[in-house]
Amino acid sequence: MSVSIQIEKQLGTFHLRVSLEAGNEILSLLGASGCGKSMTLKCIAGIEKPDRGRIVVDDVVFFDSEKHINLPVQKRRAGLMFQNYALFPNMNVRQNIYAGTARYREKEVRAQKTRQIMEQLGLDSLKDQLPSQLSGGQQQRCALARILVSDPQILMLDEPFSALDSHLRFRMEQEVREILKDFGKTVIMVSHDRDEVFRLSDQIAVMDRGGIDVFGTKKQVFADPKTRNACILTGCKNISPIRRLADYRVYAVSWGMELETEKSVGDASYIGIRHHDTNGEGPENQFLCRVISETENPFSYTVMLRLADRPDAQPFGWELDKQTWEKTRSELVTIRIPGRSIMLLEEERKD
Amino acid sequence: MDLFPLWNSLRIAGISTGIIFFLGILAAYYIARIPRVIKGILDVILTLPLVLPPTVVGYLLLRFLGPKRPIGAWFLSVFGIKLTMTWWSAIFATAVVIFPLMYRTARGAFESFDETLAYSGKTLGLSGTYIFWRIRLPYCKQGILAGTVLSFARALGEYGATSMIAGYTPGRTATISTTVYQLWRTDNDGLAFRWVLVNMAISFVVLLAVNMLEKKERRNRKGG
Repeated sequence: MSVSIQIEKQLGTFHLRVSLEAGNEILSLLGASGCGKSMTLKCIAGIEKPDRGRIVVDDVVFFDSEKHINLPVQKRRAGLMFQNYALFPNMNVRQNIYAGTARYREKEVRAQKTRQIMEQLGLDSLKDQLPSQLSGGQQQRCALARILVSDPQILMLDEPFSALDSHLRFRMEQEVREILKDFGKTVIMVSHDRDEVFRLSDQIAVMDRGGIDVFGTKKQVFADPKTRNACILTGCKNISPIRRLADYRVYAVSWGMELETEKSVGDASYIGIRHHDTNGEGPENQFLCRVISETENPFSYTVMLRLADRPDAQPFGWELDKQTWEKTRSELVTIRIPGRSIMLLEEERKD
Repeated sequence: MDLFPLWNSLRIAGISTGIIFFLGILAAYYIARIPRVIKGILDVILTLPLVLPPTVVGYLLLRFLGPKRPIGAWFLSVFGIKLTMTWWSAIFATAVVIFPLMYRTARGAFESFDETLAYSGKTLGLSGTYIFWRIRLPYCKQGILAGTVLSFARALGEYGATSMIAGYTPGRTATISTTVYQLWRTDNDGLAFRWVLVNMAISFVVLLAVNMLEKKERRNRKGG
């Protein structure tokens, strides 16, 4: 089982160019809204037609511009869950799921499949309810049941949790993770929430203006986002342009600091340091900083710092747990920025 | 009081509404799917009868359907049927006049349709026909029903084009509106007033129905 996608499509303001390979795993497209991630899903489903390229799912060619193949949506068996779940408002839960069995011929088979999936996802007691009578989580479960019963060869989820209240989100995430595990085929999820993406996916592709900045396992992508944009999308808030001083030494322009790096600087033109990686134990990169402000989070503090002898420099953030800061709080602090926590970034991806 | 005009008005309005129900919906559905320039022109043509004076519509109809005109003459020679001055001639007039009402309300209803419902239906393997009849139409039901009722009400009140193409023959082509005019012209004020009351009662009920449908639609949207 494998999925291979190479597509190009001219959109209003940018050119969508996506190239992805995935096995039986959960692949997430992480990107800001309007970066082309939803359009990619629509192209795979067949709702939108790419200008050029090839889409192959499990040896079935969905689309091939050279061979003039463009399989109709109905024949692709690509399940797509929309952000608003797109339940048919005039049908109750059972009818909605039954509609998903359209690819089976016999009525008994369809009814049986419907019963089975409703039982499996705990929708039995809701079967006579209309979508408007369901909670967000129930709507999502119903939408998933309807897609799963249609026996898709690939499952795509467009911002699956964005329509849910935050207290429901985490619970549904657990539930969906279990369902996806049982599904066992390729899942492509689209999201702009880095936490959600990290928890659910095996592979991550970070997208920006129609292209993929970085693609790899989630650990790789979060440890080495490669571009400035991908670094921001993975949640990094300390980013500064740099001047290269030596192979392992840079000058961070915004903060006015000279820093030792662990990796060779190469072509990097920016660095990123995550708020919670700002201070470590190592001997390198020691700085005396002045505290400019502190923000109390539910379970931590974010302290904004600036080099003590550089009042003109930009501040940078440091996140640490509450107890530690309450014990060590002072106007001047010495921090040690570990060389391994410095992420070397390029301004833009190389196309 | 001879109730023929009431019966005649109701059957003319009923039949023309029935025809326009399908034509209006089909036009609304397909015109939304054609290139923009042609769409704009067709849209104007199809809406024109709404703003033209009914006498102009009647004139144009007579131009085509009159016994000496192309279509009318052909029907007369092939089937021996005269298309004008019968009770059902008024159906041509009312159908043309109410078409834009049905077309525009149906189009408005279709435009409010959440297209992701159709997309998700397709990804589930549902056919286009199924999606149209079982998902799109039910979603737009209230809007389309309101348009139908409004068209019926308008058909019931049609006067200008009807009087030109069907004339006024008591007991044969008389409708409520042409009867009121005749009675008033011949100084039969009392009877004319009774027909006025009948007409107002029907229109009142119909508009009430439209309002209730629209309110229900708003509620449904909110709930969904």
